[in-house]
Amino acid sequence: MTTTMAQALNAALRDALKDDDNVVVFGEDVGALGGVFRVTDGITADFGEDRCFDTPLAESGIVGFAVGMAMGGFRPVVEMQFDAFAYPAFEQITSHVAKLRNRTRGALSLPMVIRIPYAGGIGGVEHHCDSSEAYYTHTPGLRVVTPGTAQDAYDLLRDAIDSPDPVVFLEPKCRYWSGEEVSFTRSGPGMDQAVVRKTGKDVTLIAYGPMVATALATAEAAKDEGWDVEVVDLRSLSPFDDETVTASVRRTGRAVVVHEAAGFGGYGAEVVARVTEQCFHQLHAPVLRVTGLDIPFPAPKLERHQLPDVDRILDTIARLQWADIPVVAGA
Amino acid sequence: MAPETLLPSASPVRFVAEDGTRVDRHGEFAEPSAERLKEAYRLMVLGRRFDVQATALTKQGRLAVYPSSAGQEACQVAAALTLNKQDWLFPTYRDSVALIARGLKPGEVLTLLRGDAHCGYNPAETRVAPQCTPLATQTLHAAGLAHAMRRRGEDAVALALIGDGATSEGDFHEALNFAAVFKAPAVFFVQNNRYAISVPFEKQSAAPALAYKGIGYGMRSEQVDGNDAVAVLSVLDDAVRHAREGHGPVLVEAHTYRIDAHTNADDATRYRDADEVAKWREADPVARLESYLKLQKAISDNEIEQFRNDAEDFAQTVRDTLNAEPELDPLSLFDHVYAEPTRHLEAQRAALKAELEA
Repeated sequence: MTTTMAQALNAALRDALKDDDNVVVFGEDVGALGGVFRVTDGITADFGEDRCFDTPLAESGIVGFAVGMAMGGFRPVVEMQFDAFAYPAFEQITSHVAKLRNRTRGALSLPMVIRIPYAGGIGGVEHHCDSSEAYYTHTPGLRVVTPGTAQDAYDLLRDAIDSPDPVVFLEPKCRYWSGEEVSFTRSGPGMDQAVVRKTGKDVTLIAYGPMVATALATAEAAKDEGWDVEVVDLRSLSPFDDETVTASVRRTGRAVVVHEAAGFGGYGAEVVARVTEQCFHQLHAPVLRVTGLDIPFPAPKLERHQLPDVDRILDTIARLQWADIPVVAGA
Repeated sequence: MAPETLLPSASPVRFVAEDGTRVDRHGEFAEPSAERLKEAYRLMVLGRRFDVQATALTKQGRLAVYPSSAGQEACQVAAALTLNKQDWLFPTYRDSVALIARGLKPGEVLTLLRGDAHCGYNPAETRVAPQCTPLATQTLHAAGLAHAMRRRGEDAVALALIGDGATSEGDFHEALNFAAVFKAPAVFFVQNNRYAISVPFEKQSAAPALAYKGIGYGMRSEQVDGNDAVAVLSVLDDAVRHAREGHGPVLVEAHTYRIDAHTNADDATRYRDADEVAKWREADPVARLESYLKLQKAISDNEIEQFRNDAEDFAQTVRDTLNAEPELDPLSLFDHVYAEPTRHLEAQRAALKAELEA
């Protein structure tokens, strides 16, 4: 049976609520409505208002209230309705959520999850499609994860809720309605681990969240060009799984990082730096990026020019200095 | 609840005039017992001495910075005294005297301001949140924690301290709203000391008094003479009882005055004149309570002498504690970023260790 990402997230919330009485879910419209993306569909009806409840419309309030509830022994899972709507909570996230354990030298911890639907691809109007991951990955003390598949949506959200650290959980909106067969046994890789989604020997595409599917589609299309493409899905943006990523790049000798967010000062720059520092002698070409343009997110009718797609990624793979490879006799 | 019951008194609640004589402007608020008032006085004498000592230590370079509580002792001592052990206090950086009154040790209170660490005590054990610098942000934590305690059936309230300037921050309004909607057992206690660093209250708010902000959130509110310890303790006791009994949160505004500059790094002569400060010195809360207790024959000269001597001993403890150089371990910087160190941080820790050993 196919389960969509939204359904997988719903199942993860339900299973977490069942397993731990301290888990509470709250935010704007998460009660009777079930969230604007229906991720919390039916949860209030099945678990009661005490476990899943609507709050006043104030994002800083939601996150700050969650900090207090976590101090009081609960494990809050809060929803920010859209990426750009989370910005009012930025101070609470950066000054308190990320720092309380450190400030109190471990006396207080904040096991809480901030769910943020993010990125484009749904034709959303202004302020509904930001890729805000770098703001959070640049903040020590936060864990930042993002699923690219329905299976990971379930596994990562369960892990995030169980984590003793605060987790910013970025949900790629455009994948909410994509599905696959999902196992609810929690037998997947750990929350901090990247995974190789498809093996290949010529080049590694490093992607996450909404771009995992695009990277896999690119790998398929690349066969026609004669490239055998490996796809790594980061899953955890912070901490970063150097081991899986560098092992892949050492095998292929080429890498392209793909993300929807603007490239300048973006998350991909960190990935490129880390890969270059650790794989320099195995690299046949500079590590390149395919990112969103360095512009405010466009209006829906021009959105397609912003988002990395198969063609743009293939064009970038083509720039990986293939002609420079010395031809070795007998190879 | 009828809206008018949420309104504060038309003028600040007061039991005692500047000269220590009894005034009747306290409506139905009950006077705290003589024993509690004497304890409040003892702690105010102690707090005043602590504050003077801490200010002196900044001049000797022993503290990075110190925001003085001078003039606000009635508010800060009452905030500590009104709470039980199981209640939570959410202080700001200016509330050192409240923490001393709560029973924290001087070294614990001043760790942040000495620059050794961000919090010098264990909040889980003391039920005192870390002294909060980002304005008004802690009020939301108090609302959330109060709600959490109520959900667990704990007999506990959360009291958040906040200044007049911080009531302009969005988080203050969100906290009041959340607390009221969820009927959280929280008390928001505004010490309106008339200045946000240099900006006077008149430029901060056009409200007739900050206490009037409560009714907009459906929250009971009250205003009180913040230099009248009897009144502050009485009003806070009532607010805490209201919250504890499950009737919802309360907003209390105390009208007081910051006698010293914002911190030792500030120059208050640039934005207010000496006459104004002199006028407020006449309204000194410690002297007022002392006069009142004497007039009421609730305290003896010997007891006053004893409290002052104890405060001197305490100041010596403060000096001794702060003059000892703490041993700080740079490698501990990595200890509490995450529950378990990440590989990335382990590598940085190893690099710093090598740097230290080089």
